[in-house]
Amino acid sequence: MARFLLTRLLHGLAVIWVVITLTFVFMRLAPGGPFDRERRLPPEVLANIAAKYHLDEPWLKQYGRYLLGIARGDLGPSYKYVDRGVSDIVTETFPVSALLGVLALGFAVAFSFPLAISAAYYRNSWTDRSCLFLATLGVSLPHFILGALLIWLFSLQLGWLQPGRWEDLTSTVLPTITLGAAPAAYLSYLLRSSLVESLEEDYVRTARAKGLKEATVLFKHALNNSLIPTLTVLGPLSAALITGSFVVEYIFAIPGMGRFFITAVTDRDYPMIMGVTLVYTGLLVSANFFVDLLYSIVDPRIKSH
Amino acid sequence: MNAAKTVWNGVREEPTALWSLIFIMAVCLGGFLAPLLSPYGPGGLDEQRILQAPGSSHWMGTDALGRDLLTRVLYGARVSMTVGIGTALIALLIGTVYGLISGYAGGNLDHLLMRIVDVCYGLPDLLIFILLSLLFGRNIAGVLVALGLVTWVRFARITRGQVLQAKEFVYVEGARAIGASHARIILRHILPNILAPVLVTLTFSVPGAILAESTLSFIGLGINDPYSDWGTSWGTLAQDGWRAMRTYPHIILFPALAIFLTILASNFLGNGLRDILDPRGGSQEK
Repeated sequence: MARFLLTRLLHGLAVIWVVITLTFVFMRLAPGGPFDRERRLPPEVLANIAAKYHLDEPWLKQYGRYLLGIARGDLGPSYKYVDRGVSDIVTETFPVSALLGVLALGFAVAFSFPLAISAAYYRNSWTDRSCLFLATLGVSLPHFILGALLIWLFSLQLGWLQPGRWEDLTSTVLPTITLGAAPAAYLSYLLRSSLVESLEEDYVRTARAKGLKEATVLFKHALNNSLIPTLTVLGPLSAALITGSFVVEYIFAIPGMGRFFITAVTDRDYPMIMGVTLVYTGLLVSANFFVDLLYSIVDPRIKSH
Repeated sequence: MNAAKTVWNGVREEPTALWSLIFIMAVCLGGFLAPLLSPYGPGGLDEQRILQAPGSSHWMGTDALGRDLLTRVLYGARVSMTVGIGTALIALLIGTVYGLISGYAGGNLDHLLMRIVDVCYGLPDLLIFILLSLLFGRNIAGVLVALGLVTWVRFARITRGQVLQAKEFVYVEGARAIGASHARIILRHILPNILAPVLVTLTFSVPGAILAESTLSFIGLGINDPYSDWGTSWGTLAQDGWRAMRTYPHIILFPALAIFLTILASNFLGNGLRDILDPRGGSQEK
């Protein structure tokens, strides 16, 4: 198992390295710079700016400087916010995004488990059909449409919740639902199919034949075994939460990392773009590694390959 | 063309898939025939009819510049369908060839190629897509290339898996034994076997691409030509409506409906195709 985890760890590091290199190359190739303004700056000023941010050095040297910085936990200066480094902005905005992500994941689990379990247990029933329908609906509804719909209904029409404030618990409700809807749909679909398969297995029949209570059969025997395939999607799911978060943060004006990313792209604030991309990738890699770890504990057969 | 017949018969028997297919074709046709269907131009400004609610002369109303919204939605279908289908085809081309080579060659080359795919799979794809579209420019061609480069990995994985299976079939072994060339084995014996899962993946790639493009256009990082006469992205239209949602909700309603229904129909069609082509029930990823 140690060997399996080591390979996965190396793999994760490779992904991070690829992202660092790719973003670095992209940013140097991409047309336009952060200091292109409508009003043309004098060449001396431009030269000074380039010298300050080491843009006049050869690429390889810049790349080396960047790698060294990351190793020390320094993501470089922001071009836009002169007095703050990218690391400062990330440490400030990351907790906000993380809270949103955790809330959304919690919502997805809380929503999907009861739905999927009852759908699989009462197969082909009304609940089952609505579970399948909701699952397709959930993955088809873009975040920005769902978010706009919720704001229109609950904020503008009913006046229950204030839009665009990230202060107290009530302000987290709409963003959480918006971000959690697609993962909830995906989880319901997956858990349902996996549970339907488990319920047809011999061990479920045996458990029933032994005279166990239906609840024990369902929750202990069938559900436990269905959780394993569901675990694997935690990786893609965290990816969905990460990429969804900056749209949701944009719509609800949440001061998280994603909103800074969008501004950074519009401003071509390269160190900021690279820094945030790197943090997102690191999160994704850790999530995938965590899933691998969990998986190898739950299903010991995995270490054989 | 036995396979096409199977698919067609299957689709005819599933009302959801059939209606989804009809809807998607209607959207394509609407985009294609937009200049004939609408009496208004896509960029035609008119001070006399600013911000009108939906009515008999403007079925979806007009926007802040007096442009007919139905016309804009029809023209927008061109952008969405081009991006959706185009991305799927680019990804199909890259991914299938890659997967074929990897699976058919086997050995160390396969190992190396799949390591690359593994790494690509671990990337946050929407972020990479944003970075790529910065590089290739915020126009349809740039978005197509960027999305294609993000999506191809799925095709590579699925194709390779299918090739590995097909390689073990007795008739492939037989073909090799009687001295058939590699090209013949791949084209005649292996390719037909991978068609079904590739078709399903293709169908699911379309809504994925439409979703990504409209989302990015909505947050202002997508296709950047708001005054294009050829068509404006539905995401950009929705963004226009978003800013005016408090007072004029109709402006966001119709583009949002167009995006949602098109994605929903493509997903329903994908589900239907998967059921038809893979009756064992799909444990395949979407």
